[in-house]
Amino acid sequence: MQQSNTYIIVYSAVLTIILGLLLSGSAQVLGPWQRDAIALDKKKQILGAVISAEKIAGMTPEDVKAFYASRISPIVVDISGKEITEGGITAEKVEIAKDYKKPAEERAYPVYIFHAEGKPDQIESYIFPMYGAGLWDAIWGYVALKTDLNTIAGITLAHASETPGLGARITEGKVQERYIDKKIFDESGALIAVMMQKGEGKNYDSDAHKVDGMSGATITGNGVNTMLKSYMGCYEAYIKSKTASKAVAIL
Amino acid sequence: MSAEIAEKPLVAKPAEPLLSKRRKKLVTDPLIDDNPVTVQVLGICSALAVTTQMKPTLVMAISVIFVVALSNFAISLMRNTIPSRIRIIVQLAVVATLVTLVSEFLKAFSYDMYKELSVFIGLIITNCIVMGRLEAFAMGNKPYDSMLDGLGSALGYSWIILTVAFFRELWGSGSVFGVPVFEYVSSLFGPDFKLATNGLMVTPVGAFIILGLIVWVQRTKTGYVEH
Repeated sequence: MQQSNTYIIVYSAVLTIILGLLLSGSAQVLGPWQRDAIALDKKKQILGAVISAEKIAGMTPEDVKAFYASRISPIVVDISGKEITEGGITAEKVEIAKDYKKPAEERAYPVYIFHAEGKPDQIESYIFPMYGAGLWDAIWGYVALKTDLNTIAGITLAHASETPGLGARITEGKVQERYIDKKIFDESGALIAVMMQKGEGKNYDSDAHKVDGMSGATITGNGVNTMLKSYMGCYEAYIKSKTASKAVAIL
Repeated sequence: MSAEIAEKPLVAKPAEPLLSKRRKKLVTDPLIDDNPVTVQVLGICSALAVTTQMKPTLVMAISVIFVVALSNFAISLMRNTIPSRIRIIVQLAVVATLVTLVSEFLKAFSYDMYKELSVFIGLIITNCIVMGRLEAFAMGNKPYDSMLDGLGSALGYSWIILTVAFFRELWGSGSVFGVPVFEYVSSLFGPDFKLATNGLMVTPVGAFIILGLIVWVQRTKTGYVEH
């Protein structure tokens, strides 16, 4: 049967509207659950920088929320390292992905302070979020620094669409473990960050600023390097102010 | 008006049973004799990609069953109205809508699965089995039959990918559904005994090997020969 052009146009228009309504309706209905799931996932990623992935996998959503609430206290700082408290800004409200597009001076920088249970003064590590570009799309992560604010306690990395088996390996524990105990600053206090090298299989145990690379994923590795260095640069003022006050306290 | 209806003699045709022999065949045929993966060699790409572990494979299988059965049903309902010149686009739009619904559901209720599978769920749209059944069956048959046909094809696809995933996870990671079987078996033979896993199974090559073996076994049994 050969239909007229009018029939075809009307048919496609009606079909588009029906399918469109169906999709937007389902997005509306499922929205609250999806937002919950994303918030929970973010908490898991933050905690991933300080506790092992296996431990998180064994926790129920309620466990994760309770653990997060009792062990993490988030603050927000600006580029000069001062804590931002006015304007009702909280770390939960800061969207790193959106802020990434703004100039570095205008961004808000959350810091997640990991402390002993119920004791906010007994700090165990500082967790800093970061965001950047991989090979295909965005990459992001959280790096936890020990109380000297120099040694890496742990890192979680995630990506939107890096190549499975190559760049996507940044999410694997084996790759992330390479960062543990590496240093962000050199002895003179200059920012070096940690650079993932090209090629894979070499031992960089003796170098505090280099980690083994991922074979076949050099561009993703470079993306991680740029991301880590630029965000550590943005947090440098905050880190320096913390270490300075600590030095005063010791004196 | 009412008189007009009364004039037409109602020929009471006995309704076909809900699961008649012919309908059962619609579901069972694609399981072995006309299997979409091993006989028609469709849907290979996703059979390679998602089958490193049982759990994501199961989610993928359920998603494909849902999408194929419902898209077959929907397209068959619309089959007489679809303009033939844009039928592929219409089919694609319906399939894409169903696939998006699946992915939205996963995002809301199983976010970890969504992160792991979102790329592949999106690719169900291009899974040859879906479009193949729509063109070959749903465009010319009644809705209920079409749904059964879709269900059969999707089940045929599902058991194959689950079998592949079973062997790949067992030999590649030493576990089944995340349960560390190798670890347990090794512990039975004493502390120094360790069953080794094969890294090849984790790569797509492993899927090719397993799939090839399944095709071999199946064709030996059914006597199917490529023409």
